[in-house]
Amino acid sequence: MKRTIRSKPPRQRLFVNARVIDPDQNLDSHCDVLVTKGKIEAIGKSLPRENLKKSCKIIDCKGLVLAPGLVDARVFIGEPGGEHRETIKSASRAAAAGGVTSLVMMPDTKPVIDDAALVEFVRQTAREKSRVRILPTAALSKGQLGREMTEIGLLNDAGAVAFTDGRNTVDSAQMMRRALTYAGDFDALIMAATGDASLGGGVMNAGLNATRMGLPGIPREAEIIPLERDMRLVAMTRGRYHASTLSTSDSVDVISRARDNGLDVSAGVAVANLALNDNDIGSYRTFFRVSPPLRNEDDRKAMIDGIRTGKIDIICSNHDPHDVDTKRLPFAEAADGAIGLESLLAASLRLHHTDDIPLIRVLNCLSTAPAKRLGLDSGTLAIGSPADMILIDPDMPWVLKEDELRSRSRNTAFEGARFQGRVLKTIVEGRTVFSRDP
Amino acid sequence: MKQSSSTSASGELNAPAFRPEPFKLKHLLGIEGISTADITHLLDRADQMVAISRQVEKKRPTLSGRTLINLFFENSTRTQSSFEIAGQRLGMDVINMAVQTSSVKKGETLLDTAVTLNAMQPDLLVVRHSAAGAVELLSQKMGCPVINAGDGAHEHPTQALLDALTIRRTKGRINGLTVAICGDIAHSRVARSNIHLLNAMGAQVRVIAPSTLLPGQIEDLGVTAYRSMKQGLPGCDVVMMLRIQSERMSGAFIPSSREYYRFFGLNAERVAMANPDAIVMHPGPMNRGVEIASTIADGVQSVIAEQVEMGVAVRMAVMEALQASASLGAST
Repeated sequence: MKRTIRSKPPRQRLFVNARVIDPDQNLDSHCDVLVTKGKIEAIGKSLPRENLKKSCKIIDCKGLVLAPGLVDARVFIGEPGGEHRETIKSASRAAAAGGVTSLVMMPDTKPVIDDAALVEFVRQTAREKSRVRILPTAALSKGQLGREMTEIGLLNDAGAVAFTDGRNTVDSAQMMRRALTYAGDFDALIMAATGDASLGGGVMNAGLNATRMGLPGIPREAEIIPLERDMRLVAMTRGRYHASTLSTSDSVDVISRARDNGLDVSAGVAVANLALNDNDIGSYRTFFRVSPPLRNEDDRKAMIDGIRTGKIDIICSNHDPHDVDTKRLPFAEAADGAIGLESLLAASLRLHHTDDIPLIRVLNCLSTAPAKRLGLDSGTLAIGSPADMILIDPDMPWVLKEDELRSRSRNTAFEGARFQGRVLKTIVEGRTVFSRDP
Repeated sequence: MKQSSSTSASGELNAPAFRPEPFKLKHLLGIEGISTADITHLLDRADQMVAISRQVEKKRPTLSGRTLINLFFENSTRTQSSFEIAGQRLGMDVINMAVQTSSVKKGETLLDTAVTLNAMQPDLLVVRHSAAGAVELLSQKMGCPVINAGDGAHEHPTQALLDALTIRRTKGRINGLTVAICGDIAHSRVARSNIHLLNAMGAQVRVIAPSTLLPGQIEDLGVTAYRSMKQGLPGCDVVMMLRIQSERMSGAFIPSSREYYRFFGLNAERVAMANPDAIVMHPGPMNRGVEIASTIADGVQSVIAEQVEMGVAVRMAVMEALQASASLGAST
């Protein structure tokens, strides 16, 4: 089943007996979905079968959930420059297995994607090797050094879906101001990390655990202060801004206040900050060293609350593959980051299974909301939109085993985790790019 | 099966009413989580080691033929020689790995070093490293017991044990005493190990430091925090000073060493605030005139030299206990 984006979609397929959940149309009902030439042609109860083409395959979904494919808004890939950690091909395999039909690729590569030719390289590689849609972002500043802005217009034309300095927070307020102002002319979205490098020089959440373990802490203010600065700059420049990964309750308040003031801002949260807290680090387990750091239980609950109230729009995997050379080190010397493409859905569904968040809201944060924010035509099952879909059993129990992961790196924070809910089929533009027997 | 039950039945008649669990730790990575019984066991054994160390003939063949490797990623003459002497008094062959000149400098990772050392079949490994948790990480790859000789700002368990032994020998007890730990709490592994140990043994622990050197939520570790010597010292039975690194005094945490001495240095006036029979301790090496006045360091209340002596005894006790539990583990 080697299908890349390039191969032709099947002409017609009818998905019957599905529980269709489409957050975009606020739809949650049992019906059929007809897909023709990679696009959704019809959706409804007991669609007529008389006029179907002879080659049309009918797929019985057995009452399981059919939903828009996931759009992962923050994925780090090692290609070019770090292919031992992850390639576009291996990331796409992991994404397909995780139900991610579109992934937003961060420009933190070697070299940094800050040039139109590099955006074209990513798109070309994706066309040849990827099963899912790879949406490249471009660096906001040249070399991600935070000093001069990149050719935002040219990069935009080349197909960069957003501009971001990835792991780096733009240090200079002046640089951020100019970038927001200039990007505004192209309606370009800026996705920003918010971590003050000097204040946040620690390696884990500041608090009792850091004190006990003798590790330098990252105070919550290291995230809140740059975020508040950026809100001021957005108000000043009227740019489009997305805070990629928030981790504290105060950050949620800051974003929500800015939105109430009419600013074009949105916020994301890494699923790790919804599912884990800083107790999980245990005895210096470096796979739990992520950025933003795992905070305490109060902040984790505040993040869930942000999802429920709609103050946080997007859940992302923050997939960041690392090999043993950067992870099997003393905690303070290890790199930040954990992989997450294959556990994104299941970890997010924990919020549904604990009755914190309705299923449709979880799926919204994973697909519709990020697609809308990035201006994509996916993330919906509306008629005429591309058939990027997943078939999931939201209750299927499974245990994540490190050796079954498709990602090239193994640094998961969910090794041995018990999950409920699994992807059975991933469909990109009508093509089945992944399927698993129930 | 039958036989063993009959022997144990007869043995039970002579057994004491309370039989402590045997010492079962595989490694000594930190004080946190070690039972009071184990700590007491180590201190009792160390007491006997003190007597042995004071004999003319100090060498005992208990661990002869075994190999101890001292692996110090951070320079430390005193701790390293203390471990070396302890190992030699127990009859072990001691090898000091000079990490500064070894392949670690050439970029070999910690775990590669561990695998290499493990292949040399040592019986005991003593490690000091600048990163918290590094010793524990290394111990995962080692087949022999590992002793943490200090990992970053995390723990330095043998220092806490030797401090406890010193206190117990001079004061006769630890339970119920009030102990003040003064200085750079934030970056001190000695402070953390002592807090855990003294709390486990029933002492009241205070920490005294400027707020920039107090880590967040330190009080949740079971201590009372004070921001001045004047408030913290009255009622103390033990005043434990910590070494302050010179790089912390260049404005990053405190403005200057003279300012630190003015507000937090231990001088005669401040010692007088504590109980009259209070003892003064320091893990060494001291910065005279920065955290402690020379008159105090060399004064009658100082037990600093005794601490060093206890260091050897405690390390002998720890080595012997770990070897015993390792052979126990091997036999079962």
